[in-house]
Amino acid sequence: MSTESALLSAGRFGPYGGRYVPETLVAPLDELAAAYATARRDPAFQAEFQSLLKNYAGRPTPLTLAGRLSEELGGARIYLKREDLLHTGAHKINNCLGQGLLARRMGKRRIIAETGAGQHGVATATVCALFGFDCVVYMGEADMARQALNVARMRLLGAEVRPVASGSRTLKDAINEAMRDWVANCETTHYLLGSVLGAHPYPRMVRDFHAEIGEEARRQYLEVRGRLPEMLIACVGGGSNAIGLFTAFLGDGEVKLVGVEAGGRGAALGEHAARFQGGSPGVLQGTFTYVLQDAWGQIAGTHSVSAGLDYPSIGPEHAMLHDTGRAEYVSAGDAAALEACRRLARSEGIIPALESAHAVAEACVRAPTMPRDAGMIVNISGRGDKDMEILRRELQL
Amino acid sequence: MSRFASIFARARAESRCALIPYLTAGDPTAGATLAACEAMAAAGADIIELGIPFSDPLADGPVIQAASERALAQGMTLEGVLKLAAMLRQAAPALGILLFGYYNPLLRYGLEAFAAAAARAGADGVLVTDLIPEEAEAYCAALAARQLDPVFLAAPTSPDERLGRIAAASRGFIYAVSRTGVTGARRQVPEGAHTLVARLRRHTALPLALGFGISTPEQAREVAGFADGVVVGTALVERMAAAVKQNGPQAAAGAAAEFIRSLRAGIALAAPGRA
Repeated sequence: MSTESALLSAGRFGPYGGRYVPETLVAPLDELAAAYATARRDPAFQAEFQSLLKNYAGRPTPLTLAGRLSEELGGARIYLKREDLLHTGAHKINNCLGQGLLARRMGKRRIIAETGAGQHGVATATVCALFGFDCVVYMGEADMARQALNVARMRLLGAEVRPVASGSRTLKDAINEAMRDWVANCETTHYLLGSVLGAHPYPRMVRDFHAEIGEEARRQYLEVRGRLPEMLIACVGGGSNAIGLFTAFLGDGEVKLVGVEAGGRGAALGEHAARFQGGSPGVLQGTFTYVLQDAWGQIAGTHSVSAGLDYPSIGPEHAMLHDTGRAEYVSAGDAAALEACRRLARSEGIIPALESAHAVAEACVRAPTMPRDAGMIVNISGRGDKDMEILRRELQL
Repeated sequence: MSRFASIFARARAESRCALIPYLTAGDPTAGATLAACEAMAAAGADIIELGIPFSDPLADGPVIQAASERALAQGMTLEGVLKLAAMLRQAAPALGILLFGYYNPLLRYGLEAFAAAAARAGADGVLVTDLIPEEAEAYCAALAARQLDPVFLAAPTSPDERLGRIAAASRGFIYAVSRTGVTGARRQVPEGAHTLVARLRRHTALPLALGFGISTPEQAREVAGFADGVVVGTALVERMAAAVKQNGPQAAAGAAAEFIRSLRAGIALAAPGRA
């Protein structure tokens, strides 16, 4: 085995990734990795996955030219990849369908998941209803309060939502609690992790289940423009929508990849979730990647107006793309995201999720600096319905 | 002979298993932790697992999570734990000291710097809950350079080939996890625990300590019938916390010592069944 494939088999992205878990979880992770490796090469699995993406989730999603916004900004043409139009309102359903099929193959009929904004929880609850699985979703109490509508949706879909009161009561703590559940119940339970995070094989597997986003976008853009875009922009919490969009373009060196982290309300530790501006390599929740931490290696608190980006570490593949320079990572603050949300709503009639609004905010900065014949694709990873309470309060609607 | 090896040899000579309490350093204060460790050593504890508190203890149940939170709120750091270990070594020269925690604080400190400091403090070994042998090359090298024993976990879910790998990477002893799940007290010793210990024996001559869920002298006695060491964590942390709540931090040591005496008495009765 070559060194490179040895690293890959251990789930490494450069130096990042790996498996930093209690021993009890190694066997279930091995079982999952083996099941996925087989399913991936199985045409029947792929056919069923593609069929569900098309007939249940609503793929392909459109690539919409944001004409008025592009005109207002006076630079590059902005195209929106419309993951917000998928069933359940965000890209998360892609991965949930893939892992749901895999859980069925493995004979696991109990599914657990964590959720931040609630979008992954809703997508998981949806897939569990579709497949007839038992479903438990862990959610931080702070997130339950700010995403109450999604809590109700999960319950309507038949899932049990378990509040997590430990730590910062957000996504990080929900993952801890889901991992504790999995350690105790791994023989009967599949942990449907919702981002390109965690121990191998999750970061690769979740990436693969979202790769359709970029493959479609690349095809669609080539059809419309006859060439590749100059730039892709996506928000990055754990980083699944961004990886989903970027992967098909990784070999296209001329296409600039931009990930947008949550700048929150300031640059001090605890006030944001920008891992590449204040974070450093460390281990959290199974993987080696950039982590926001204090001088003693304790995980730092985070803040973002967007629950889906409010997380102290980032997918290990992003850590590699950052270090190699293939992708650039910037941040947009709460205020910029809220303003971008209003702007897209008024110029295009599209209300993005607060997570995706971070990507729109960066597009508003970049587009005017680019020539008018240039083009960019911005991933609208989810729709803003779930955020209406926050938007009503923050924008005084 | 390493200190761990001589501790297990002595326990075997006395026809009993080694008694290994866990507590979180700095819960409720550094001073109370030190006093509790000294009192437990005097009451018959063989090895202390000195827990390094971590913000995200994902292998721990609610009791040890809360202990970690209290310790961090007190300002406990890895450096503080190392200082405590050094003081404990001064006070109890024969006591085994195992530093017990999660990987990130060690990484942040620097693996080589950590190993040097841990050896200087007089620790005997280290167990990192979220580190498996496959990811531990640099860590094992750093510990080996300072004659510190890496102790790894073995789980009921670990297949035989992994048990071999865990045995090959471990020094001093192996920590067998009695059941799947996080730390926390249980009514009974799980059936799978016996099987795991028996499976491990086929791969190693190292002493085997069993932990997770053991909370009473009766359970400790049962474990002493088939393992070389018994780890008691949650039940101890819970008793200390209850005593502290009632009578303040100075009550922790007395509560800890009393519990250790009762466990030690339970273990002593196990002799006839031992191989």
